[in-house]
Amino acid sequence: MARALYIHWPFCIAKCPYCDFNSHVRKTADTDQWRDALLADMHHEHLQAVSEEPLTSIFFGGGTPSLMPPALVAGLLQEAEHLWGFAHDIEITLEANPSSVEAANFADLAAAGVNRVSLGVQSLHDEALRFLGRLHGADEALQAVAVAQDRFERVSIDLIYARPGQSEADWHAELARALSLGTTHMSLYQLTIEPSTRFATDVRQGVFEPLDDDNAADLFGLTRAMTAAAGLPAYEISNHAAPGQESRHNLTYWRYQDYLGIGPGAHGRRCETATVRHRKPENYLAAVAAQRHGIAEARALDRAEQASEALLMGLRLAEGVDLADMARRFGGNPAALIDQAKAQLYHDLGMVWSHGDRFGVTEQGMPLLEALLGELVASDLVAS
Amino acid sequence: MTDLSKIRNFSIIAHIDHGKSTLADRLIQHCGGLTDREMSEQVLDNMDIEKERGITIKAQTVRLNYTARDGETYELNLMDTPGHVDFAYEVSRSLAACEGALLVVDAAQGVEAQTLANVYQSIEHDHEIVPVINKIDLPAAEPERVAEEIEEIVGIEATGAWEEGGAVLTSAKSGIGIEDTLEALVRRIPAPTGDRDAPLKAMLVDSWYDPYLGVVILVRVMDGVIKKGLNVKFMQGGTQHLIDRVGCFTPKRTDLPELGPGEIGFITAQIKEVEQARVGDTITTVKGGAEKALAGYKEVQPVVFCGLFPVDAADFEKLRESIGKLRLNDASFSYEMESSAALGFGFRAGFLGLLHLEIIQERLSREYDLDLITTAPSVVYRVHLGHSKTEDAKTIDIHNPADWPDVNRIETIEEPWIKAVIYTPDEYLGAILKLCQDRRGIQTDLTYVGGRAQVSYELPLNEVVFDFYDRLKSISRGYASFDYEQIGLREGDLVKMNILVNAEAVDALSLIVHRSVAEERGRGMCERLKDLIPRHLFKIPIQAAIGGKVIARETIAALRKDVTAKCYGGDITRKKKLLEKQKKGKARMREYGNVSIPQEAFIAALRMGEE
Ligand SMILES: Nc1nc2c(ncn2[C@@H]2O[C@H](COP(=O)(O)OP(=O)(O)OP(=O)(O)O)[C@@H](O)[C@H]2O)c(=O)[nH]1
Ligand code: SF4
Ligand SMILES: [Mg+2]
Repeated sequence: MARALYIHWPFCIAKCPYCDFNSHVRKTADTDQWRDALLADMHHEHLQAVSEEPLTSIFFGGGTPSLMPPALVAGLLQEAEHLWGFAHDIEITLEANPSSVEAANFADLAAAGVNRVSLGVQSLHDEALRFLGRLHGADEALQAVAVAQDRFERVSIDLIYARPGQSEADWHAELARALSLGTTHMSLYQLTIEPSTRFATDVRQGVFEPLDDDNAADLFGLTRAMTAAAGLPAYEISNHAAPGQESRHNLTYWRYQDYLGIGPGAHGRRCETATVRHRKPENYLAAVAAQRHGIAEARALDRAEQASEALLMGLRLAEGVDLADMARRFGGNPAALIDQAKAQLYHDLGMVWSHGDRFGVTEQGMPLLEALLGELVASDLVAS
Repeated sequence: MTDLSKIRNFSIIAHIDHGKSTLADRLIQHCGGLTDREMSEQVLDNMDIEKERGITIKAQTVRLNYTARDGETYELNLMDTPGHVDFAYEVSRSLAACEGALLVVDAAQGVEAQTLANVYQSIEHDHEIVPVINKIDLPAAEPERVAEEIEEIVGIEATGAWEEGGAVLTSAKSGIGIEDTLEALVRRIPAPTGDRDAPLKAMLVDSWYDPYLGVVILVRVMDGVIKKGLNVKFMQGGTQHLIDRVGCFTPKRTDLPELGPGEIGFITAQIKEVEQARVGDTITTVKGGAEKALAGYKEVQPVVFCGLFPVDAADFEKLRESIGKLRLNDASFSYEMESSAALGFGFRAGFLGLLHLEIIQERLSREYDLDLITTAPSVVYRVHLGHSKTEDAKTIDIHNPADWPDVNRIETIEEPWIKAVIYTPDEYLGAILKLCQDRRGIQTDLTYVGGRAQVSYELPLNEVVFDFYDRLKSISRGYASFDYEQIGLREGDLVKMNILVNAEAVDALSLIVHRSVAEERGRGMCERLKDLIPRHLFKIPIQAAIGGKVIARETIAALRKDVTAKCYGGDITRKKKLLEKQKKGKARMREYGNVSIPQEAFIAALRMGEE
C-alpha cells in the first residue's frame, strides 16, 4: 500500500487571475515559525498513521513551494524520513514556477532530496502568459525547463489551453513545441473560470469570453491525439506521461489510497477519515500554536461516501476502476456502485467500457467526464 | 336583536383592483371596527397569498355599527368580494345574501368587463346599486367622464351629487368620501324584510374550515331566529346539527346570543367536513321547520383540469393529505387520483379557471411545502364512441388526454365553448381580434363607447385555458379586461397530439388540439422544448405526432464537453459537491427515455408566446 504525504506552501508572489487554489500573497513569511508549524503538523499525522510502512511519495504543492528556502525543504524531508522512513524509490515532487530566480535554487532543492519538479509553464507565448497574469516570460520558462532537466531526474510541465480565442492551429503549434522539450510528463489543463477569481469577474463584466464548449472539445481531442502520438498518452483526464513516468503521488489520490496532507488548506484521507487544514496562513499558524496541528475538520467517512469518492477519482484514470476490488473495500455489491441502466446506455453510446471487473470511461467519454459521473455514480452513494 | 329597518346588507363589487378591499378598510376604520393599530392594508385579505398578490380570493363579511347623520345607529353587514373572474361564484353568493351593492369603479380605468358582469348579476337580484367612483386622488382620475360612462354603459344613475342619486366620489387610499359612502348606502339600500315569528329559514352562504372551531358556516337569516342550542337541519343535505355557537365578525370574531331576520353572521355546529355544509343550502329547525327551501345557488363546475404530481414520488402521501386539507377550505376544486407512466402517482384536479389553478398550486407548495409538477391544463371533452366488437356505442367525458380513446372508435367529439366579452381601449383592438381569430374565435358583437371597444367572441375553451389571458394582458399592456361564460358543447375536429422525446411519448405533454392548428402548435412545442431541455450526452430528437404521423421535429445537439480541469492536492470535496448538485438537479427533473426534463418545462412548453 502506497503512503503519500502532501505538504502545502501557501504563498505566491502575486495571485494569478484564474487561480482558486489556496494561495496567498504576503510580504514575508517567518521561515522558523513555518518550519516549526509544519513539523508539528507532520508529527501529528505520524501519530495518527498506525502502520510501519515507509513513504512512497511526497509532494510539495502550493502556492509556490519553489519559493520555500531549500533548507526548509531539506529540514522537512529529513524529519519525514526520520518519522516514516522512505521507500527506496520514493518520488519527491515540488511544484515550481519557471522563473530564473527559482531556477537558481534547483540545485539546492535537488540536493535536499527533491527528485521531480512540476513546472508551471502554462504557455509558451508571452502574450498568453501576460493574460494569465504570470510573472515569467516564455524564454525564461524554456530556460528553467532546461535547468530543471539538468538537475532533476524527472520533470513535468503544466500548460493551460482552451484560452479565449485560441484556435486549433495555435494550440497545435504550441503543444508540438512543448512536446519537443522532451519532458516525460505533462499536465494539460483547460482554462476554466472558477468562482471568486478575477477571471470570473472579468467574464461577468464582459472583459473576455471563455472559449465555447464546442471549440474546447475540439482542442481536447487534439491534445489527446498529439500526446499519444508523441508517446505521452493521457493516463488521467488532464495528465500525460511516458509509460512508467506517471506521477505516483497523484495516482495515490486517483486510486483512492491513503494520503496525509499537512500545511494550510491541505486535504488528507487516512483510515476512513477526511482531514482538512485551516486555509488561511495566519489561522493555520494559530491553530498549530494552540493544538499542535492545523486540522480544521476531521470527519469519518461512511462506506457510501468513500465509494463515491473512489469512483469520482478512479474514473478520471484511463485504467478506470476495479469494481470488485471496490466492493471488497467498501462493502456491498459491485453492481450497486454504478447505475446499471446508465452504464448500459453509455456503453452502447461508446462512452464507457468494461472488461471483467474493470470499468472506465472511453476516449470518447472523457471530454464529458463530469456529466458522465453525474449519470454513472449510483445515486444511493451520493448525499442529497 | 336589531330592528330590521336599521340593518343594511351590501356587497362591494368591482372589477379587479378597483379598490374594494381598500374601501372596506376605510369603512371598517370609520365605524371603529378596528383601531388604527389593529388596521393593516386590505385587512380582510387575510390569506398570505391574498396579501402577496394584492388580490381578494375569498369573500369576507364584516358587521359594523354606523351612527348616521340622522342620529340613528345602523347595523351594516359588508361583504367584500373578489374581482377576478375565476372567483365570480364568490360574488354571486354574496349578492344573494344582500339587498344592495356598492359598485366601485376606478376613476382612471373606468368601467371594465368585470364591472359589467357583476352589475348584471346584482341587477338580477333586484339590488339597489350605489356607484362609488374611487381613486379620485390619482392624477389620471376623470370622475366626470367615468360617471358618464357608468350611466351610458351600465345604465345606472351616476352623474350629479351623491345626495341627488349620483355616484359617491372617494379615495379609499386617502380616506376621502368615506362618510358620504356610508350615508349613501344607509339612505339608498333598502332594509331587509323578514318575519321573526315565521319558521327559521337561513341561507348557507359560505363555509370554511377553522382549525379551532371546525367548520364555520356563514348564514343569512331570512325568517325566524337562529341561536345556540337549536337543532337545525340542512334541507338539501338532509343532515341535522346542534348549533353550538352563533356570532359575527367585526372583523374580530364575536359571539352573539342569536341572529334574527335580515342578519348575516356565522354559526358552528360540530361539523367536521365542509362537504356537509354545502353552500346554497337552506337551514331550518328540526321541529316546526320551513316547508320550502330557498332557491339555491348555481353549482360551480370546474372548467379547467390538470395533473398535479409530486416532484419527488415519495411525497405522494403528503400530497394526498395536503390536497385533502386544502379542499376543506375550498370546496370549489375537485380532485381524483391519477397515475402517469413517468410522473408516477398524482391527482387530476379541476379548477374554476387558471388563476384558481395557479393559486391552489401555489398554496400547496407554500402552505404544505410540496414541490409539484403541473401538467398542461385541459378541458372536458365529450367523446361519442361507435360500437366495438365487445362494447356498444357510448358517450364518455374525457378530463385527461391520457384517457383519449382509440381514434378508430371515435365518431364525434364535442368541446366546451365560451362567450367572451373583452373590453379594451381601441388602439389594442386589432391585436386582440387577431388573437381571438388565431384561437378559433367567432366574433359575435363589436361596439364602441368613447375610446373603448367591447367585443364579444365565441371561443373554444381549450384555446383559452392555457395562456389566453396572459396574452390578452400583454398585447393590451394590461388595459383589456375579459369576462366569460360557458355556452355549452360544440362539435370539433379534435386530435390528440403526442410529444415524443428521444422517441418516447411523454404522457404529461400530450394535448388535445384542433386539427387546423395542430401543426403550428406542434412546431411551437418542439421549438420551446428544444430550449427548455438541457443538452445531454447524446443528441435528442423531439417530435410532435398525431397517431403515427410526425408533424414537427427538432433536435437538441449533444453536449460535447463537460470537464473541470484540476483535481488539486487531493481535494475531493469539491468534486463531491458537484455530484450532489447534479443529484439535486435531477431530483427536479423527470426522466423520459433517458432524457431528463426539467419540471418547469411541462408548463413552459405550452406557453404559446408571440405567435
Ligand atoms: N391611488 C389610489 N389607489 C387606491 C385607492 N384604492 C385602492 N387603491 C390601490 O389599488 C390597488 C388595489 O386595491 P384593492 O383594494 O386590493 O382592490 P380590490 O378591488 O379589492 O382588488 P381585488 O380584490 O383583487 O379585486 C391597491 O394597490 C390599492 O392600494 C385609491 O383611492 N387611490
Ligand atoms: S502561482 Fe499557482 S498557486 Fe500561485 S496564484 Fe498563480 S496559479 Fe495560483
Ligand atoms: Mg379585494
